[in-house]
Amino acid sequence: MAIEIFMPALSPTMEKGTLAKWLVKEGDKVESGDVIAEIETDKATMEVESIDDGTVAKILVAEGTDDVPVGKLIALLAEEGEDAKDVEVPSDEPKKEATPAPEAKEEAPAPEAKPAASPAPAPTPASASGDRIKASPLAKRIAKQEGLDLAAVTGSGPHGRIVKRDVEAALEGGTAKAAAAASAPASAPAAAPVSATEYGPHDDIPYREERLSNMRKTIAKRLTESKTTVPHFYLTIDCEMDKLMAQRKDLNAKLADSGVKLSVNDFIIRAVALALKKVPAANVQYAGDKMYWYERADISVAVAIDGGLVTPVVRGADNMGLAEISSTVKDLATRARDGKLMPEDYAGGTFSISNLGMYGIKEFGAVINPPQGGILAIGAGEQRPVVKDGALAVATVMSCTMSCDHRAIDGAVGAEFLAAFKGYIEDPITMLL
Amino acid sequence: MSESFDLVVVGGGPGGYVAAIRGAQLGMKVVCVEREHLGGICLNWGCIPTKALLRSAEVLHLAKHAADFGLKIGQIDYDLEAIVKRSRGVAAQMNGGIKMLLKKNKVPHIEGEAKISGKGKVSVKGADGKTTELVGKDIILATGARARELPHLKADGELVWTYKHALAPNTMPKKLLVIGSGAIGIEFASFFNELGSDVTVVEMMDRVLPVEDADISKFAEKSFKKQGMTIKTNASVTELKKGKSDVTCVVETKGKKEEITVDRVIVAIGITGNVENLGLEDVGIKVDRGHIVTDEWGQTGVPGFWAIGDVAGAPWLAHKASHEGIVAVEKIKGVKGVHPMDKGNIPGCTYCRPQVASVGLTEAKAKDAGYDVRVGNFPFIGNGKAVALGEPEGMVKTVFDKKTGELLGAHMVGAEVTEMIQGYVVARTLESTEAELMHTVFPHPTLSEMMHESVLDAYSKAIHF
Repeated sequence: MAIEIFMPALSPTMEKGTLAKWLVKEGDKVESGDVIAEIETDKATMEVESIDDGTVAKILVAEGTDDVPVGKLIALLAEEGEDAKDVEVPSDEPKKEATPAPEAKEEAPAPEAKPAASPAPAPTPASASGDRIKASPLAKRIAKQEGLDLAAVTGSGPHGRIVKRDVEAALEGGTAKAAAAASAPASAPAAAPVSATEYGPHDDIPYREERLSNMRKTIAKRLTESKTTVPHFYLTIDCEMDKLMAQRKDLNAKLADSGVKLSVNDFIIRAVALALKKVPAANVQYAGDKMYWYERADISVAVAIDGGLVTPVVRGADNMGLAEISSTVKDLATRARDGKLMPEDYAGGTFSISNLGMYGIKEFGAVINPPQGGILAIGAGEQRPVVKDGALAVATVMSCTMSCDHRAIDGAVGAEFLAAFKGYIEDPITMLL
Repeated sequence: MSESFDLVVVGGGPGGYVAAIRGAQLGMKVVCVEREHLGGICLNWGCIPTKALLRSAEVLHLAKHAADFGLKIGQIDYDLEAIVKRSRGVAAQMNGGIKMLLKKNKVPHIEGEAKISGKGKVSVKGADGKTTELVGKDIILATGARARELPHLKADGELVWTYKHALAPNTMPKKLLVIGSGAIGIEFASFFNELGSDVTVVEMMDRVLPVEDADISKFAEKSFKKQGMTIKTNASVTELKKGKSDVTCVVETKGKKEEITVDRVIVAIGITGNVENLGLEDVGIKVDRGHIVTDEWGQTGVPGFWAIGDVAGAPWLAHKASHEGIVAVEKIKGVKGVHPMDKGNIPGCTYCRPQVASVGLTEAKAKDAGYDVRVGNFPFIGNGKAVALGEPEGMVKTVFDKKTGELLGAHMVGAEVTEMIQGYVVARTLESTEAELMHTVFPHPTLSEMMHESVLDAYSKAIHF
């Protein structure tokens, strides 16, 4: 009997992915633990390991295939003693594991209501235990018609299957409503965030066409969703950096032997985390008919990578020292650039930081990373003329702009948060308190 | 003496014995009390023996029409006594089977009348007059039901029968009047009509088989009339005047009275729960209109007491009782994932000729519930297998919610439909929409193809009609 290899679910919410690369070819011998393929999900590229020993008999899904549903048979291994040539593809191949494949196909033209890579900390009970969302055809159809995110619905049928009554309960404001609202576009009018071919190319200009990566699709979907459904407003504040720069120099000199080099960004992460603790009303998430008040500051840090960006999370940054933040960020950023982040590295987060200071950007307004309540955009620290005691002076100044979800954070709360943040940045010794 | 059990089941019918076996499977110490026959009405005086009778009627019908199939059979006659004997034999065989099942599952079976003697306590009075005290952590009442009678419509077993008398008739009535055209009434009407009785059916509602879809009732009524039955709807029997060997029935139809004289009368006006002499009131178990009141798990509201099956209310069907028994026991045991039964998914089957089977909402009930519906119909005449069987009469009707594609109900009349309805029940239980039903491959040539075509027809895609 041939060993069947299925498209794995690499995260609780993953429904499909791109089979980016095969690292084996038909006829190759593999052992349990060998990496056989790379799979690209919306956020990361991950490796698939073989669980069994055997010979690769058939590769059923070609390299570069998009939208391979979780559970689809992708390859067959011949067992020891079995001739690879004798391995036959099972006739029920596409239905194995009862993947939602046919369903997905039919729905293909319509954009999914669900932000596939939602970093939402919102519970996803239906899928938490497994790889896919188990729902009856009727439940799926009603959810689709009503724009309900099934990932947020708890199934009450056999084996946690979502059935009609669960969807109806969710629509009536039961269990799933909050989570549905959290993944903002659920029932919002902006149900068609990214239309694939809205505008054709300019034929008179030479161009090349490039297929969107899953990451690019996710960025497009999530940020469209954010900008069209989350009421943003912006608050800008200037922070003087001279003390911080001096202290950083001092600390780095002391840390030279340990190999740790603190960046300005590490200070900013700590300052944001502490300011969120000081002003808990800014560490919140709007969820339809309720608010979530987070008691820990998990800071998502935007990291530019080839072809897009990801936001790995520094968890519990409010309880981390600068050195720990520094090494955590360094590790996350390295893995992000190598495409090796695991889903748990970027899921969740209560607040985001985006720093374009290193590019000399003076200030900018960032787009909120839903369902978070806010994001802080950091500009460059530069020498600017400032007025001190009625006299003109020179100081290193950094402009920071906070984007707030007005449903969750009002102007005064945002201002309070920024004042706290400024306090830590301008007098960094207080970050030790 | 008294003995302690995890579970005491009162009643050995399809609710009780199934609950007892399930309890034993789950490792409970179980006892089952039955006063008469294991298998209950269903097996001894209901479902099974009537199916045996109706099978005789069906074979007779086929034999009478042998020429249609190119066969020559000489003189055709029947022997009522032999038919009844066969029916009783079938019941006896199945009854023995239940005994074995209980034994296999190590469930002791106590014969006698049970009465609640306190919380968690039941005393059983055996036929020999001895009383056994049973103590149970949980007690399931599955005492079933019996034919409902009215003061002016009382059975005597001689001239006026209930189903029980009709199952072992003392004579072959030349003229028979059946009061009530529900499943029980119409099955006996069908049987005796086939055997040559002149049958009149009196129904209070405006159509026969009133719980079925109106189109199905209409179809069935037409067929019954074609077979020679007299059907009186919107009618009731106001008086039975018993003679020596006949009964004169006063039938009132829309205010007009007439007298019909027949040899025998069958009263089939519903059933009522066996709630008497159980000591229900002593522990505070509520009874409403002849049935024990329970929640969706079978809990009576009095801790430790559960009720399932006919005694716990409509629909009075063996398969409903069995399922309730399993749900209650699993709830008691705390089995993970146990769900209350969805009563909307209980199929109903009537074994008259033509057979009738259905599940879910009728078209009218769906509309009343506010659904915008799509309806599919497919006639037997359009199905090759039906014509080959010589059964071209019948139809399959499906009702869908236009908005979501939910299969709201399915209604069938014609040959073998009782064996097919479970296809739609599975579809409903899995919450299939029209899409999954359309994508399902139905084998050819079978009657089941009509189930597919009916779905297709609801979406104007039927191929063969």
